[in-house]
Amino acid sequence: MTSNLITSLYVFMLAGFLGFQVIRRVSPLLHTPLMSLTNALDAIAVVGAIVLVGEHKSTFATVLGTVAVVAAMSNVVGGFLITDRMLRMFKTSKPKKP
Amino acid sequence: MTPLINETFIQITYLVATALFILALKWLSAPSTARRGVWAGELGMVLAIGGTLFYQGIVDYKWIVIALVLGSIIGVPLGLVHMTAVPQRTALSHACGALCVALVGTAEYYLRAPNVPPFMMAVLSMEVILGSLTFTGSLMATGKLQEILPQRPITYKGQNMVNLSLLAVAVIAAVILVLHPGQKHLFPLLIGIPLVFGVLMIVPIGGADMPTVISLLNSYAGLSAAAMGFVLDSKLLIIAGALDGSSGFILSVIMSKAMNRSFTNVLFGAFGQVQASAVAGEEARTVRSATAEEAASILAAANSVVIVPGYGMAVAQAQHKVRELYDALSKRGVEVKFGIHPVAGRMPGHMNVLLAEADIPYDKLMDMDAINPEFPQTDVALVIGANDVTNPAARTDQGSPIYGMPILDVDKARTVMVIKRSMSPGFAGIDNPLYYLDKTLMLFGDAKSFVGDIVRELAGSGHA
Repeated sequence: MTSNLITSLYVFMLAGFLGFQVIRRVSPLLHTPLMSLTNALDAIAVVGAIVLVGEHKSTFATVLGTVAVVAAMSNVVGGFLITDRMLRMFKTSKPKKP
Repeated sequence: MTPLINETFIQITYLVATALFILALKWLSAPSTARRGVWAGELGMVLAIGGTLFYQGIVDYKWIVIALVLGSIIGVPLGLVHMTAVPQRTALSHACGALCVALVGTAEYYLRAPNVPPFMMAVLSMEVILGSLTFTGSLMATGKLQEILPQRPITYKGQNMVNLSLLAVAVIAAVILVLHPGQKHLFPLLIGIPLVFGVLMIVPIGGADMPTVISLLNSYAGLSAAAMGFVLDSKLLIIAGALDGSSGFILSVIMSKAMNRSFTNVLFGAFGQVQASAVAGEEARTVRSATAEEAASILAAANSVVIVPGYGMAVAQAQHKVRELYDALSKRGVEVKFGIHPVAGRMPGHMNVLLAEADIPYDKLMDMDAINPEFPQTDVALVIGANDVTNPAARTDQGSPIYGMPILDVDKARTVMVIKRSMSPGFAGIDNPLYYLDKTLMLFGDAKSFVGDIVRELAGSGHA
Protein backbone atom coordinates (compact mmCIF):
# COMPACT_ATOMS: atom_id res chain seq x y z
CA MET A 1 0.00 0.00 0.00
CA THR A 2 2.60 2.56 1.11
CA SER A 3 5.06 1.50 -1.59
CA ASN A 4 2.30 1.85 -4.18
CA LEU A 5 1.63 5.30 -2.86
CA ILE A 6 5.27 6.33 -3.02
CA THR A 7 5.53 5.01 -6.57
CA SER A 8 2.45 7.04 -7.47
CA LEU A 9 3.98 10.17 -5.99
CA TYR A 10 7.12 9.62 -8.06
CA VAL A 11 5.01 9.12 -11.16
CA PHE A 12 3.09 12.31 -10.43
CA MET A 13 6.24 14.32 -9.89
CA LEU A 14 7.93 13.02 -13.04
CA ALA A 15 4.80 13.59 -15.12
CA GLY A 16 4.58 17.13 -13.76
CA PHE A 17 8.16 17.90 -14.82
CA LEU A 18 7.60 16.22 -18.17
CA GLY A 19 4.46 18.30 -18.67
CA PHE A 20 6.38 21.50 -17.99
CA GLN A 21 9.09 20.59 -20.47
CA VAL A 22 6.77 19.46 -23.24
CA ILE A 23 4.15 22.16 -22.86
CA ARG A 24 6.61 25.04 -22.55
CA ARG A 25 7.55 24.32 -26.13
CA VAL A 26 4.04 24.70 -27.48
CA SER A 27 3.86 27.85 -29.59
CA PRO A 28 1.50 30.59 -28.28
CA LEU A 29 -0.14 30.21 -31.68
CA LEU A 30 -1.59 26.90 -30.52
CA HIS A 31 -2.57 27.72 -26.95
CA THR A 32 -6.29 27.29 -27.62
CA PRO A 33 -5.91 23.87 -29.28
CA LEU A 34 -3.51 22.94 -26.47
CA MET A 35 -6.19 23.62 -23.90
CA SER A 36 -8.85 21.68 -25.77
CA LEU A 37 -6.51 18.74 -26.36
CA THR A 38 -5.35 18.50 -22.73
CA ASN A 39 -9.01 18.64 -21.80
CA ALA A 40 -9.80 15.71 -24.03
CA LEU A 41 -6.83 13.75 -22.65
CA ASP A 42 -7.85 14.61 -19.10
CA ALA A 43 -11.22 12.98 -19.82
CA ILE A 44 -9.34 9.67 -19.51
CA ALA A 45 -10.96 9.83 -16.06
CA VAL A 46 -13.75 8.07 -17.94
CA VAL A 47 -11.95 4.74 -17.35
CA GLY A 48 -12.36 5.12 -13.60
CA ALA A 49 -16.03 5.94 -14.07
CA ILE A 50 -16.53 2.94 -16.39
CA VAL A 51 -15.16 0.58 -13.74
CA LEU A 52 -17.37 2.21 -11.12
CA VAL A 53 -20.48 1.65 -13.23
CA GLY A 54 -19.53 -1.86 -14.28
CA GLU A 55 -18.71 -3.17 -10.83
CA HIS A 56 -22.22 -2.22 -9.72
CA LYS A 57 -21.32 -2.21 -6.02
CA SER A 58 -24.30 -0.03 -5.11
CA THR A 59 -27.09 1.70 -6.99
CA PHE A 60 -25.81 5.05 -5.72
CA ALA A 61 -22.35 4.38 -7.15
CA THR A 62 -23.76 3.17 -10.45
CA VAL A 63 -25.93 6.26 -10.88
CA LEU A 64 -23.07 8.63 -10.07
CA GLY A 65 -20.75 6.63 -12.29
CA THR A 66 -23.16 6.72 -15.21
CA VAL A 67 -23.45 10.51 -15.06
CA ALA A 68 -19.66 10.68 -14.75
CA VAL A 69 -19.16 8.53 -17.86
CA VAL A 70 -21.58 10.73 -19.84
CA ALA A 71 -19.80 13.93 -18.74
CA ALA A 72 -16.31 12.60 -19.46
CA MET A 73 -17.27 10.98 -22.75
CA SER A 74 -18.75 14.25 -24.03
CA ASN A 75 -15.31 15.77 -23.34
CA VAL A 76 -13.51 12.98 -25.16
CA VAL A 77 -15.59 13.25 -28.32
CA GLY A 78 -16.08 17.03 -28.26
CA GLY A 79 -12.49 17.76 -27.27
CA PHE A 80 -10.80 15.74 -29.99
CA LEU A 81 -13.30 16.93 -32.59
CA ILE A 82 -12.83 20.63 -31.96
CA THR A 83 -9.05 20.36 -31.56
CA ASP A 84 -8.80 18.73 -34.96
CA ARG A 85 -11.14 21.30 -36.51
CA MET A 86 -9.02 24.13 -35.15
CA LEU A 87 -5.73 22.62 -36.24
CA ARG A 88 -7.04 22.00 -39.75
CA MET A 89 -7.48 25.77 -40.09
CA PHE A 90 -3.85 26.62 -39.42
CA LYS A 91 -2.21 27.08 -42.80
CA THR A 92 1.11 28.58 -43.74
CA SER A 93 1.69 31.07 -46.57
CA LYS A 94 4.86 29.25 -47.57
CA PRO A 95 4.45 26.64 -50.29
CA LYS A 96 4.31 23.12 -48.93
CA LYS A 97 7.40 21.02 -49.24
CA PRO A 98 6.85 18.10 -51.60
CA MET B 1 -8.17 -15.13 -20.00
CA THR B 2 -6.95 -15.73 -16.49
CA PRO B 3 -7.30 -12.76 -14.14
CA LEU B 4 -3.53 -12.15 -14.13
CA ILE B 5 -3.18 -12.10 -17.92
CA ASN B 6 -6.29 -9.96 -18.12
CA GLU B 7 -4.91 -7.43 -15.66
CA THR B 8 -1.57 -7.37 -17.48
CA PHE B 9 -3.33 -6.80 -20.80
CA ILE B 10 -5.27 -3.84 -19.42
CA GLN B 11 -2.17 -2.34 -17.87
CA ILE B 12 -0.31 -2.63 -21.19
CA THR B 13 -3.09 -0.77 -23.01
CA TYR B 14 -2.77 1.94 -20.34
CA LEU B 15 0.99 2.05 -20.74
CA VAL B 16 0.73 2.50 -24.50
CA ALA B 17 -2.03 5.08 -24.02
CA THR B 18 0.22 7.05 -21.65
CA ALA B 19 3.03 7.09 -24.21
CA LEU B 20 0.61 8.22 -26.91
CA PHE B 21 -0.70 11.04 -24.69
CA ILE B 22 2.80 12.35 -24.11
CA LEU B 23 3.55 12.14 -27.83
CA ALA B 24 0.27 13.94 -28.53
CA LEU B 25 1.40 16.95 -26.49
CA LYS B 26 4.89 16.83 -27.95
CA TRP B 27 3.54 16.88 -31.50
CA LEU B 28 1.22 19.71 -30.64
CA SER B 29 4.22 22.01 -30.21
CA ALA B 30 4.31 22.96 -33.92
CA PRO B 31 1.45 23.50 -36.37
CA SER B 32 3.02 21.12 -38.89
CA THR B 33 2.83 18.10 -36.59
CA ALA B 34 -0.09 19.16 -34.41
CA ARG B 35 -2.78 17.13 -36.14
CA ARG B 36 -0.69 14.00 -35.73
CA GLY B 37 -0.81 14.80 -32.02
CA VAL B 38 -4.60 14.70 -32.04
CA TRP B 39 -4.57 11.33 -33.77
CA ALA B 40 -2.10 9.97 -31.19
CA GLY B 41 -4.37 11.20 -28.41
CA GLU B 42 -7.41 9.61 -30.03
CA LEU B 43 -5.66 6.28 -30.47
CA GLY B 44 -4.50 6.34 -26.85
CA MET B 45 -8.02 7.10 -25.68
CA VAL B 46 -9.54 4.27 -27.72
CA LEU B 47 -6.93 1.83 -26.40
CA ALA B 48 -7.46 2.83 -22.79
CA ILE B 49 -11.25 2.73 -22.95
CA GLY B 50 -11.15 -0.51 -24.95
CA GLY B 51 -8.77 -2.11 -22.45
CA THR B 52 -10.94 -1.05 -19.52
CA LEU B 53 -13.97 -2.78 -21.00
CA PHE B 54 -12.10 -6.10 -20.58
CA TYR B 55 -11.77 -5.53 -16.84
CA GLN B 56 -13.05 -8.67 -15.12
CA GLY B 57 -14.70 -6.86 -12.24
CA ILE B 58 -17.31 -5.50 -14.63
CA VAL B 59 -20.52 -7.42 -14.05
CA ASP B 60 -22.94 -5.35 -16.10
CA TYR B 61 -22.32 -3.52 -19.37
CA LYS B 62 -25.77 -2.07 -19.89
CA TRP B 63 -25.25 1.31 -18.23
CA ILE B 64 -21.68 1.59 -19.47
CA VAL B 65 -22.83 1.32 -23.05
CA ILE B 66 -25.76 3.68 -22.54
CA ALA B 67 -23.52 6.28 -20.89
CA LEU B 68 -20.76 5.97 -23.50
CA VAL B 69 -23.24 6.40 -26.34
CA LEU B 70 -25.10 9.25 -24.64
CA GLY B 71 -21.84 11.06 -23.83
CA SER B 72 -20.64 10.69 -27.41
CA ILE B 73 -23.93 12.07 -28.73
CA ILE B 74 -23.62 15.10 -26.44
CA GLY B 75 -19.96 15.49 -27.40
CA VAL B 76 -20.54 15.87 -31.13
CA PRO B 77 -22.38 19.23 -31.03
CA LEU B 78 -19.85 20.41 -28.41
CA GLY B 79 -17.12 19.63 -30.93
CA LEU B 80 -18.90 21.42 -33.76
CA VAL B 81 -19.52 24.82 -32.12
CA HIS B 82 -18.60 27.96 -34.02
CA MET B 83 -15.03 29.15 -33.51
CA THR B 84 -16.18 32.33 -31.78
CA ALA B 85 -17.81 30.12 -29.13
CA VAL B 86 -14.59 28.24 -28.34
CA PRO B 87 -13.87 30.03 -25.02
CA GLN B 88 -17.25 29.14 -23.51
CA ARG B 89 -17.05 25.62 -24.92
CA THR B 90 -13.67 25.18 -23.28
CA ALA B 91 -15.01 26.42 -19.96
CA LEU B 92 -17.94 24.03 -20.27
CA SER B 93 -15.61 21.10 -20.93
CA HIS B 94 -13.66 21.96 -17.76
CA ALA B 95 -17.00 21.72 -15.95
CA CYS B 96 -17.76 18.30 -17.46
CA GLY B 97 -14.32 16.93 -16.62
CA ALA B 98 -14.55 18.22 -13.05
CA LEU B 99 -18.08 16.83 -12.65
CA CYS B 100 -16.88 13.36 -13.63
CA VAL B 101 -14.04 13.49 -11.12
CA ALA B 102 -16.19 14.83 -8.26
CA LEU B 103 -18.89 12.19 -8.83
CA VAL B 104 -16.43 9.30 -8.94
CA GLY B 105 -14.73 10.61 -5.79
CA THR B 106 -18.04 10.85 -3.98
CA ALA B 107 -19.06 7.32 -4.98
CA GLU B 108 -15.66 5.95 -3.96
CA TYR B 109 -15.93 7.52 -0.51
CA TYR B 110 -19.34 6.05 0.25
CA LEU B 111 -18.23 2.63 -1.05
CA ARG B 112 -15.08 2.59 1.07
CA ALA B 113 -15.92 4.52 4.26
CA PRO B 114 -15.04 4.03 7.06
CA ASN B 115 -12.07 1.99 5.82
CA VAL B 116 -10.17 4.85 4.24
CA PRO B 117 -6.51 5.26 5.19
CA PRO B 118 -5.50 8.85 6.04
CA PHE B 119 -3.51 9.58 2.89
CA MET B 120 -6.26 8.11 0.73
CA MET B 121 -8.81 10.29 2.51
CA ALA B 122 -6.63 13.35 1.96
CA VAL B 123 -6.36 12.87 -1.81
CA LEU B 124 -10.01 11.88 -1.98
CA SER B 125 -10.94 15.13 -0.25
CA MET B 126 -8.73 17.06 -2.63
CA GLU B 127 -10.31 15.31 -5.57
CA VAL B 128 -13.85 16.11 -4.46
CA ILE B 129 -13.13 19.69 -3.31
CA LEU B 130 -11.22 20.64 -6.47
CA GLY B 131 -13.67 18.82 -8.70
CA SER B 132 -16.71 20.50 -7.15
CA LEU B 133 -15.36 24.04 -7.18
CA THR B 134 -14.06 23.63 -10.72
CA PHE B 135 -17.47 22.36 -11.78
CA THR B 136 -19.49 25.38 -10.65
CA GLY B 137 -16.63 27.81 -11.32
CA SER B 138 -16.41 26.64 -14.92
CA LEU B 139 -20.17 26.79 -15.33
CA MET B 140 -20.07 30.39 -14.12
CA ALA B 141 -17.24 31.16 -16.54
CA THR B 142 -19.27 29.58 -19.34
CA GLY B 143 -22.25 31.75 -18.39
CA LYS B 144 -20.15 34.91 -18.40
CA LEU B 145 -18.50 34.08 -21.71
CA GLN B 146 -21.83 33.18 -23.30
CA GLU B 147 -23.15 36.46 -21.85
CA ILE B 148 -25.97 34.72 -20.02
CA LEU B 149 -24.42 36.30 -16.93
CA PRO B 150 -23.10 39.88 -16.74
CA GLN B 151 -19.44 40.11 -17.78
CA ARG B 152 -18.71 43.00 -15.45
CA PRO B 153 -17.15 41.98 -12.16
CA ILE B 154 -19.59 41.93 -9.26
CA THR B 155 -17.96 42.86 -6.00
CA TYR B 156 -19.11 43.56 -2.48
CA LYS B 157 -17.47 44.38 0.79
CA GLY B 158 -15.80 41.50 2.59
CA GLN B 159 -16.07 39.29 -0.49
CA ASN B 160 -12.66 37.73 -0.06
CA MET B 161 -13.28 37.13 3.64
CA VAL B 162 -16.52 35.30 2.88
CA ASN B 163 -14.92 33.18 0.16
CA LEU B 164 -11.85 32.26 2.15
CA SER B 165 -13.83 31.42 5.30
CA LEU B 166 -16.05 29.13 3.26
CA LEU B 167 -13.05 27.34 1.81
CA ALA B 168 -11.52 27.11 5.28
CA VAL B 169 -14.64 25.31 6.56
CA ALA B 170 -14.36 22.77 3.75
CA VAL B 171 -10.67 22.22 4.48
CA ILE B 172 -11.38 21.77 8.21
CA ALA B 173 -14.08 19.22 7.37
CA ALA B 174 -11.56 17.42 5.17
CA VAL B 175 -8.98 17.37 7.97
CA ILE B 176 -11.52 15.88 10.40
CA LEU B 177 -12.41 13.26 7.81
CA VAL B 178 -8.74 12.36 7.34
CA LEU B 179 -8.54 11.71 11.09
CA HIS B 180 -11.97 10.07 11.35
CA PRO B 181 -12.97 8.76 7.91
CA GLY B 182 -16.16 7.28 9.38
CA GLN B 183 -17.79 10.69 9.93
CA LYS B 184 -20.00 10.31 6.88
CA HIS B 185 -22.20 13.28 7.78
CA LEU B 186 -19.24 15.60 7.17
CA PHE B 187 -18.63 14.45 3.61
CA PRO B 188 -21.44 16.49 2.00
CA LEU B 189 -19.57 19.59 3.22
CA LEU B 190 -16.70 18.64 0.90
CA ILE B 191 -19.12 18.81 -2.01
CA GLY B 192 -21.54 21.56 -1.05
CA ILE B 193 -19.12 24.24 0.14
CA PRO B 194 -16.81 24.03 -2.88
CA LEU B 195 -19.86 24.14 -5.16
CA VAL B 196 -20.82 27.47 -3.58
CA PHE B 197 -17.20 28.62 -3.50
CA GLY B 198 -16.85 27.96 -7.22
CA VAL B 199 -19.72 30.34 -7.93
CA LEU B 200 -18.46 33.04 -5.56
CA MET B 201 -14.93 32.73 -6.94
CA ILE B 202 -16.02 33.69 -10.45
CA VAL B 203 -18.59 36.37 -9.52
CA PRO B 204 -15.93 39.12 -9.15
CA ILE B 205 -14.04 38.09 -12.31
CA GLY B 206 -14.43 40.35 -15.34
CA GLY B 207 -14.25 39.41 -19.00
CA ALA B 208 -10.69 40.68 -19.49
CA ASP B 209 -9.45 38.31 -16.77
CA MET B 210 -11.02 35.28 -18.42
CA PRO B 211 -7.83 34.04 -20.11
CA THR B 212 -6.14 33.65 -16.71
CA VAL B 213 -9.20 32.20 -15.02
CA ILE B 214 -9.89 29.63 -17.75
CA SER B 215 -6.26 28.52 -17.53
CA LEU B 216 -6.48 28.26 -13.77
CA LEU B 217 -9.68 26.20 -13.94
CA ASN B 218 -7.93 24.01 -16.50
CA SER B 219 -5.16 23.45 -14.00
CA TYR B 220 -7.63 22.59 -11.20
CA ALA B 221 -9.44 20.13 -13.45
CA GLY B 222 -6.12 18.41 -14.17
CA LEU B 223 -5.07 18.29 -10.54
CA SER B 224 -8.41 16.85 -9.45
CA ALA B 225 -8.05 14.12 -12.09
CA ALA B 226 -4.54 13.37 -10.83
CA ALA B 227 -5.95 13.09 -7.29
CA MET B 228 -8.51 10.64 -8.65
CA GLY B 229 -5.60 8.67 -10.09
CA PHE B 230 -4.15 8.37 -6.58
CA VAL B 231 -7.49 7.20 -5.20
CA LEU B 232 -7.95 4.56 -7.90
CA ASP B 233 -4.22 3.75 -8.03
CA SER B 234 -4.20 4.46 -11.78
CA LYS B 235 -0.86 5.69 -13.12
CA LEU B 236 -2.50 6.58 -16.42
CA LEU B 237 -4.86 8.97 -14.69
CA ILE B 238 -2.10 10.44 -12.53
CA ILE B 239 0.00 11.18 -15.61
CA ALA B 240 -2.88 12.56 -17.70
CA GLY B 241 -3.96 14.72 -14.76
CA ALA B 242 -0.42 15.95 -14.13
CA LEU B 243 0.01 16.86 -17.80
CA ASP B 244 -3.29 18.74 -17.85
CA GLY B 245 -2.54 20.38 -14.53
CA SER B 246 0.89 21.58 -15.59
CA SER B 247 -0.46 22.78 -18.93
CA GLY B 248 -3.13 24.86 -17.20
CA PHE B 249 -0.57 26.13 -14.72
CA ILE B 250 1.91 27.21 -17.41
CA LEU B 251 -0.85 29.00 -19.30
CA SER B 252 -2.02 30.76 -16.12
CA VAL B 253 1.53 31.94 -15.46
CA ILE B 254 1.89 33.22 -19.04
CA MET B 255 -1.45 35.01 -18.83
CA SER B 256 -0.72 36.55 -15.43
CA LYS B 257 2.66 37.77 -16.63
CA ALA B 258 1.07 39.25 -19.72
CA MET B 259 -1.16 41.29 -17.43
CA ASN B 260 1.61 42.00 -14.94
CA ARG B 261 -0.48 40.54 -12.16
CA SER B 262 -0.23 37.67 -9.73
CA PHE B 263 -2.71 34.79 -9.48
CA THR B 264 -3.98 36.04 -6.18
CA ASN B 265 -4.50 39.45 -7.70
CA VAL B 266 -6.58 37.98 -10.51
CA LEU B 267 -8.63 35.84 -8.15
CA PHE B 268 -9.02 38.30 -5.31
CA GLY B 269 -8.41 41.61 -7.04
CA ALA B 270 -11.58 42.19 -9.05
CA PHE B 271 -9.90 44.38 -11.65
CA GLY B 272 -12.88 46.67 -12.27
CA GLN B 273 -12.78 48.32 -8.85
CA VAL B 274 -9.17 49.36 -8.80
CA GLN B 275 -9.50 51.60 -11.82
CA ALA B 276 -12.26 53.94 -10.79
CA SER B 277 -9.88 56.61 -9.51
CA ALA B 278 -7.63 56.52 -12.54
CA VAL B 279 -10.23 57.70 -15.01
CA ALA B 280 -11.15 60.99 -13.41
CA GLY B 281 -9.22 64.22 -13.80
CA GLU B 282 -8.73 64.16 -17.54
CA GLU B 283 -9.71 67.19 -19.54
CA ALA B 284 -11.34 66.75 -22.89
CA ARG B 285 -8.50 66.27 -25.33
CA THR B 286 -8.82 66.33 -29.04
CA VAL B 287 -8.63 63.26 -31.18
CA ARG B 288 -8.24 63.12 -34.93
CA SER B 289 -10.73 60.95 -36.74
CA ALA B 290 -10.65 59.75 -40.30
CA THR B 291 -12.99 58.21 -42.84
CA ALA B 292 -12.64 54.83 -44.49
CA GLU B 293 -11.45 56.56 -47.66
CA GLU B 294 -8.65 58.39 -45.89
CA ALA B 295 -7.67 55.24 -44.02
CA ALA B 296 -7.59 53.28 -47.26
CA SER B 297 -5.26 55.75 -48.96
CA ILE B 298 -2.85 55.75 -46.02
CA LEU B 299 -2.84 51.94 -45.91
CA ALA B 300 -2.34 51.74 -49.66
CA ALA B 301 0.66 54.05 -49.47
CA ALA B 302 2.30 52.07 -46.68
CA ASN B 303 5.06 49.51 -47.08
CA SER B 304 4.39 47.65 -43.88
CA VAL B 305 1.25 47.30 -41.80
CA VAL B 306 0.78 45.53 -38.48
CA ILE B 307 -2.77 44.67 -37.54
CA VAL B 308 -3.45 44.36 -33.81
CA PRO B 309 -6.69 42.46 -33.13
CA GLY B 310 -8.51 42.32 -29.81
CA TYR B 311 -11.70 41.02 -28.30
CA GLY B 312 -13.63 43.70 -30.22
CA MET B 313 -12.74 41.91 -33.45
CA ALA B 314 -14.21 38.70 -32.09
CA VAL B 315 -17.38 40.44 -30.90
CA ALA B 316 -17.90 42.12 -34.27
CA GLN B 317 -17.08 38.84 -36.07
CA ALA B 318 -14.75 40.93 -38.21
CA GLN B 319 -12.08 38.28 -38.86
CA HIS B 320 -13.25 37.45 -42.39
CA LYS B 321 -13.32 41.15 -43.37
CA VAL B 322 -9.83 41.45 -41.87
CA ARG B 323 -8.73 38.63 -44.17
CA GLU B 324 -10.12 40.55 -47.16
CA LEU B 325 -8.13 43.57 -46.03
CA TYR B 326 -5.06 41.38 -45.66
CA ASP B 327 -5.56 40.05 -49.21
CA ALA B 328 -6.18 43.50 -50.70
CA LEU B 329 -3.07 44.97 -49.08
CA SER B 330 -0.87 41.96 -49.83
CA LYS B 331 -1.89 42.19 -53.47
CA ARG B 332 -0.60 45.75 -53.53
CA GLY B 333 2.72 44.60 -52.18
CA VAL B 334 2.13 45.89 -48.65
CA GLU B 335 3.68 43.64 -46.04
CA VAL B 336 0.97 42.77 -43.53
CA LYS B 337 1.59 41.09 -40.20
CA PHE B 338 -0.50 40.56 -37.11
CA GLY B 339 0.63 41.47 -33.60
CA ILE B 340 -1.06 39.32 -31.00
CA HIS B 341 -0.97 40.02 -27.30
CA PRO B 342 -1.10 36.91 -25.07
CA VAL B 343 -4.27 38.08 -23.32
CA ALA B 344 -6.06 39.45 -26.39
CA GLY B 345 -9.50 37.87 -26.41
CA ARG B 346 -11.09 35.66 -23.82
CA MET B 347 -8.75 32.67 -23.68
CA PRO B 348 -5.12 31.85 -24.47
CA GLY B 349 -4.61 31.79 -28.24
CA HIS B 350 -8.15 33.05 -28.97
CA MET B 351 -7.10 35.53 -31.69
CA ASN B 352 -4.88 33.00 -33.46
CA VAL B 353 -7.75 30.57 -33.83
CA LEU B 354 -10.12 33.22 -35.19
CA LEU B 355 -7.57 34.51 -37.70
CA ALA B 356 -6.62 30.98 -38.76
CA GLU B 357 -10.32 30.31 -39.25
CA ALA B 358 -10.37 33.27 -41.65
CA ASP B 359 -7.53 31.59 -43.61
CA ILE B 360 -4.80 33.97 -42.58
CA PRO B 361 -1.50 32.09 -42.78
CA TYR B 362 -0.19 31.39 -39.30
CA ASP B 363 3.33 32.55 -40.12
CA LYS B 364 1.90 36.10 -40.29
CA LEU B 365 0.63 35.83 -36.70
CA MET B 366 3.37 37.19 -34.47
CA ASP B 367 3.40 37.10 -30.70
CA MET B 368 4.25 40.13 -28.63
CA ASP B 369 7.98 39.54 -28.25
CA ALA B 370 8.42 38.95 -31.97
CA ILE B 371 6.44 41.95 -33.19
CA ASN B 372 7.42 44.66 -30.72
CA PRO B 373 10.91 45.30 -32.18
CA GLU B 374 9.26 45.78 -35.59
CA PHE B 375 6.90 48.61 -34.70
CA PRO B 376 9.46 51.44 -35.14
CA GLN B 377 9.91 50.35 -38.77
CA THR B 378 6.19 49.89 -39.32
CA ASP B 379 4.30 52.46 -41.40
CA VAL B 380 0.84 51.77 -40.04
CA ALA B 381 -0.34 49.95 -36.92
CA LEU B 382 -4.04 49.18 -37.31
CA VAL B 383 -5.71 48.38 -34.00
CA ILE B 384 -9.00 46.52 -34.32
CA GLY B 385 -11.01 46.11 -31.16
CA ALA B 386 -8.03 46.06 -28.82
CA ASN B 387 -7.57 48.66 -26.12
CA ASP B 388 -5.70 48.03 -22.88
CA VAL B 389 -3.04 45.86 -24.54
CA THR B 390 -1.99 48.90 -26.61
CA ASN B 391 -2.14 51.47 -23.81
CA PRO B 392 1.21 53.30 -23.52
CA ALA B 393 0.24 54.35 -19.99
CA ALA B 394 1.31 50.82 -19.00
CA ARG B 395 4.89 51.87 -19.80
CA THR B 396 4.93 55.42 -18.49
CA ASP B 397 2.16 56.22 -16.03
CA GLN B 398 3.00 54.82 -12.63
CA GLY B 399 -0.44 55.74 -11.36
CA SER B 400 -2.19 53.66 -13.98
CA PRO B 401 -3.75 50.42 -12.78
CA ILE B 402 -2.17 48.62 -15.71
CA TYR B 403 1.29 50.12 -15.09
CA GLY B 404 3.96 47.51 -15.79
CA MET B 405 1.79 45.34 -17.99
CA PRO B 406 3.67 44.41 -21.16
CA ILE B 407 1.96 45.99 -24.16
CA LEU B 408 2.18 45.99 -27.92
CA ASP B 409 4.19 49.12 -28.81
CA VAL B 410 1.81 50.34 -31.50
CA ASP B 411 2.56 53.95 -30.55
CA LYS B 412 6.05 53.49 -32.01
CA ALA B 413 4.68 52.93 -35.51
CA ARG B 414 4.72 55.94 -37.88
CA THR B 415 0.93 56.09 -38.02
CA VAL B 416 -1.57 54.45 -35.70
CA MET B 417 -5.14 53.77 -36.70
CA VAL B 418 -7.68 52.58 -34.15
CA ILE B 419 -11.05 51.17 -35.13
CA LYS B 420 -13.37 51.74 -32.21
CA ARG B 421 -17.09 52.18 -31.70
CA SER B 422 -16.79 55.38 -29.69
CA MET B 423 -14.47 57.14 -27.26
CA SER B 424 -15.91 55.30 -24.28
CA PRO B 425 -13.12 53.68 -22.29
CA GLY B 426 -12.44 49.98 -22.72
CA PHE B 427 -13.36 47.10 -20.51
CA ALA B 428 -11.15 48.09 -17.62
CA GLY B 429 -12.40 51.67 -17.73
CA ILE B 430 -8.91 53.06 -18.26
CA ASP B 431 -8.35 56.00 -20.58
CA ASN B 432 -5.90 55.30 -23.39
CA PRO B 433 -3.41 58.13 -24.17
CA LEU B 434 -2.71 56.42 -27.48
CA TYR B 435 -5.89 57.93 -28.88
CA TYR B 436 -4.70 61.50 -28.32
CA LEU B 437 -1.34 61.20 -30.07
CA ASP B 438 -0.77 63.36 -33.14
CA LYS B 439 -0.02 60.31 -35.22
CA THR B 440 -3.17 58.50 -34.21
CA LEU B 441 -6.26 58.45 -36.39
CA MET B 442 -9.48 57.23 -34.84
CA LEU B 443 -11.76 55.28 -37.14
CA PHE B 444 -15.15 55.35 -35.46
CA GLY B 445 -17.52 52.56 -36.32
CA ASP B 446 -18.26 48.86 -36.13
CA ALA B 447 -15.10 46.86 -36.76
CA LYS B 448 -16.67 44.59 -39.33
CA SER B 449 -18.35 47.28 -41.44
CA PHE B 450 -15.45 49.71 -41.15
CA VAL B 451 -12.89 47.16 -42.34
CA GLY B 452 -15.36 46.26 -45.10
CA ASP B 453 -15.51 49.95 -46.13
CA ILE B 454 -11.72 50.18 -46.26
CA VAL B 455 -11.57 47.06 -48.42
CA ARG B 456 -14.16 48.55 -50.81
CA GLU B 457 -12.21 51.79 -51.03
CA LEU B 458 -9.03 49.87 -51.77
CA ALA B 459 -10.75 47.88 -54.49
CA GLY B 460 -12.71 50.78 -55.96
CA SER B 461 -10.24 53.58 -56.42
CA GLY B 462 -6.71 53.21 -57.63
CA HIS B 463 -4.91 54.35 -54.47
CA ALA B 464 -1.28 53.62 -55.02
